[in-house]
Amino acid sequence: MKIGVVTFPGTLDDRDAARAVRYAGGEAVALWHDDADLKGVDAVILPGGFSYGDYLRCGAISRFSPVMEPLIAAAKGGMPLLGICNGFQVLAEAHLIPGALTRNHELHFLCRDQKLTIENTDTAWTSSYSKGQEILIPLKNGEGAYMCDDETLAMLEGEGRIIARYVGENPNGSRNLIAGITNERGNIVGLMPHPEHAIDSLTGPSADGLGFFTSVLKAMVK
Amino acid sequence: MAKIVVDVMLKPEILDPQGKAVAAALPRLGFTFATDVRQGKRFEITVDGEPTAAQLAEVEIAAEKLLSNPVIENYVVRVEK
Repeated sequence: MKIGVVTFPGTLDDRDAARAVRYAGGEAVALWHDDADLKGVDAVILPGGFSYGDYLRCGAISRFSPVMEPLIAAAKGGMPLLGICNGFQVLAEAHLIPGALTRNHELHFLCRDQKLTIENTDTAWTSSYSKGQEILIPLKNGEGAYMCDDETLAMLEGEGRIIARYVGENPNGSRNLIAGITNERGNIVGLMPHPEHAIDSLTGPSADGLGFFTSVLKAMVK
Repeated sequence: MAKIVVDVMLKPEILDPQGKAVAAALPRLGFTFATDVRQGKRFEITVDGEPTAAQLAEVEIAAEKLLSNPVIENYVVRVEK
């Protein structure tokens, strides 16, 4: 099973994302932003970082990179796609998921280990978890406040499309403590915290993040 | 030479932490006039000669697609002499 990891100029977490794929038992394939070629992968991860220096808006310029055209088409066709942190911002800018990510409400850049609850285990990226499971993974961002209008929020809540919520105090001002959401079909997931940094307790706060990567490998076998 | 100016502002219902930080800093300098501050972006686009209607129409599309995110922002396009 081949999982592509896209590198944009300014991406930071592509190596950890590729490592997480290998830990889960998949083959990680490096994809380049300027190359409109998905190299025959079965799923794609848009990793975290500061693509294009966060210029204009986070993810706004990456969203128009050459690789995005085949990627958007494949994801609309059902290919699993996970956007982590800056990748979540790219998904929002590409309107593959509703809403937008804005500046943390206290303006601080956050970097800490964060508890989440997994709320939807029916997506391509969350089936390894149990509903309501609490996990601990790093959260590190400056623009992680999930915003959408009331109608969209009601739709996300009503359709169970919030896949993960922050536990405890709201770290960044996200509406309804949203840490991650999915599209209607459940193949595209955007997540602000970083599961790829928590796949082994030797190098992360836990191994709780590995489930995102084992989930997609399971989803592709089906 | 004319400039096409695009002003992009967060929609009124979207929280603007940067504007709030500026609003909180003003009284520290002794300025007490502000009841609220919102911070936005201004793009100045230079074209050859007077902007044509077709160019302005294209700028509108660019403003919608790239310069703003219509989920959270509004924009205004105008010509400045």
